[in-house]
Amino acid sequence: MLEAKLILGLGRLDLDVQLEVAGGQVVALLGPNGAGKTTVLRALAGLLPLSGGHVVLDGQVLEDPARRIRVPTERRPVGMVFQDYLLFPHLSALENVAFGLRARGRGRAQARELATAWLDRLGLAGLGSGRPGTLSGGQQQRVALARALATDPRMLLLDEPLAALDVSTRAEVRRDLRRHLRDFSGVNLVVTHDPLEALALADRLVVIEQGRILQSGSATEVTERPRSRYVADLVGVNLLRGRGRQGVVELESGGRLVTAGTADGEVFAVVPPRSVSLWRSRPDGSPRNVWRGRATGVDLQGDRVRVRVEGSPSLVAEVTPAAMVDLGLAEGTETWVSVKATEITVYPA
Amino acid sequence: MLVVLAGACAAFFLLPLVGLVVRAPWGSAAGALGDQSSISALQLSLVCSLASTALALLFGVPLAWVLARLQFPGKSLLRGIATLPMVLPPVVGGVALLLAFGRRGLVGEPLAAAFGVGLPFTTLGVIVAESFVAMPFLVIAVEAGLRSMDIRFEEAARTLGAGRWTVFRRVTLPLIAPSLVAGSVLAWSRALGEFGATITFAGNFPGTTQTAPLAIYIDLDSQHAERAVVLSLLLVLVSLAVLVGLRDRFLGGA
Repeated sequence: MLEAKLILGLGRLDLDVQLEVAGGQVVALLGPNGAGKTTVLRALAGLLPLSGGHVVLDGQVLEDPARRIRVPTERRPVGMVFQDYLLFPHLSALENVAFGLRARGRGRAQARELATAWLDRLGLAGLGSGRPGTLSGGQQQRVALARALATDPRMLLLDEPLAALDVSTRAEVRRDLRRHLRDFSGVNLVVTHDPLEALALADRLVVIEQGRILQSGSATEVTERPRSRYVADLVGVNLLRGRGRQGVVELESGGRLVTAGTADGEVFAVVPPRSVSLWRSRPDGSPRNVWRGRATGVDLQGDRVRVRVEGSPSLVAEVTPAAMVDLGLAEGTETWVSVKATEITVYPA
Repeated sequence: MLVVLAGACAAFFLLPLVGLVVRAPWGSAAGALGDQSSISALQLSLVCSLASTALALLFGVPLAWVLARLQFPGKSLLRGIATLPMVLPPVVGGVALLLAFGRRGLVGEPLAAAFGVGLPFTTLGVIVAESFVAMPFLVIAVEAGLRSMDIRFEEAARTLGAGRWTVFRRVTLPLIAPSLVAGSVLAWSRALGEFGATITFAGNFPGTTQTAPLAIYIDLDSQHAERAVVLSLLLVLVSLAVLVGLRDRFLGGA
């Protein structure tokens, strides 16, 4: 069980996050570059001092500046897998895995024995004598994982564990990694900027941006109710903010939306691009959300076309290529926009 | 025009070497080297230069580490002091050493009173003089190596439970091995050629403080000029070997 409140400043980053992770649980820290994800891991490992807050792991206080407690990195029961693995290039794979065991006081023979067992367990039997440089990216990743796990840590920190791999091996390594994280009974914290990776590996997502936690919860909770532009873009939906009152949302960016669900006060409104319709002239019937806009970006993605429409509000619509031809859509084309009230999800901000 | 000047410059470097080779008494070279006084000068040079390289490693590497890894006030001053001998005229270095470690020196006097040992005009004095002049080369090379090394390897080692000393010994040192070798070789060749500080601080006693460069200087002024040329050629060969050995680092590859 990890209980942490991390407060520190590092250059332009001002970090203030609170984390609670149960043993055996896998939590993914998701966020754009520069959000402070890696800083969180480094602070938990003791590589960066806190200016405030605390780190408590399984009841043991690892750091608490107010009480002048700070357990140095080398005495924290923490294993870390770095983004580019940082395997020691002058040591063999086996010696890399044995390094932590030796540093923590095991004898040479015993360390080698345990390290060999770890390599076997991670499917690297017979590869122990090679230098890291002779191994493939996926193998290096597993050596790094074995090295971190070999010291029997109570918390495992993984920094973009798949980022250094090419796309063809990533899926396979991700599957293996997921299995190994499931086997690990301690606290798992995975940093990633890849939502797919986060969804595949983690039980719970924590979205972090500019040093603050914006949202956390299960994958479904986070993706169905995004609370930041970042997550909305990842999921591919329009996220609008405004004030709701009796089924009408007055949007911050201008314009208003009539919605089927109601939420009062500050709200988010999510509009899936597929539910946005575009028209050459004002649509017949009585859709309640109709406004004029101008296409400013037309982007073909597979068998769908994503069209950015400026108006009030501005949003992204997704239409078929046939519809695009019908409408004569190009950048600068004037168009009518409609959205059905029932397609809009509203929830408190 | 530029090419002509450059050619003149190259000739300026080359001609002294040609002079040495042309004027060397090839017939009696073996005899000159086999000479007892040459042998003892060469032996002394070898022993003292190796000893001072060892001293430079023992004390210089920790100093380089401190300069590269720790933050403290007065750090640039310390670096300046540590590299001063590189630009100081060696004779001045010798005088300074005398004033510090001489029989009447700042440290030398109490040292002599307490232990009855004096450094000046002893073989130990030669080693001290050579270390003084040569150590900065090692400190500079190793500090540069430490700075260019990816210190995240040290962080990775710490997350695996390694304390400062283990990290240094098992990760840092192996990773900066090329800089250690380069620094040692530079320091060694500088110590081997040391003249000014040595003759000033340790004197010129055959067998105890007369190293090869001192022997060359003395021989040249006597009827043993041939011996001086042969010894010089030998030192040129050593320097060439050092240069070839380090060419990848300093001449941008072969």
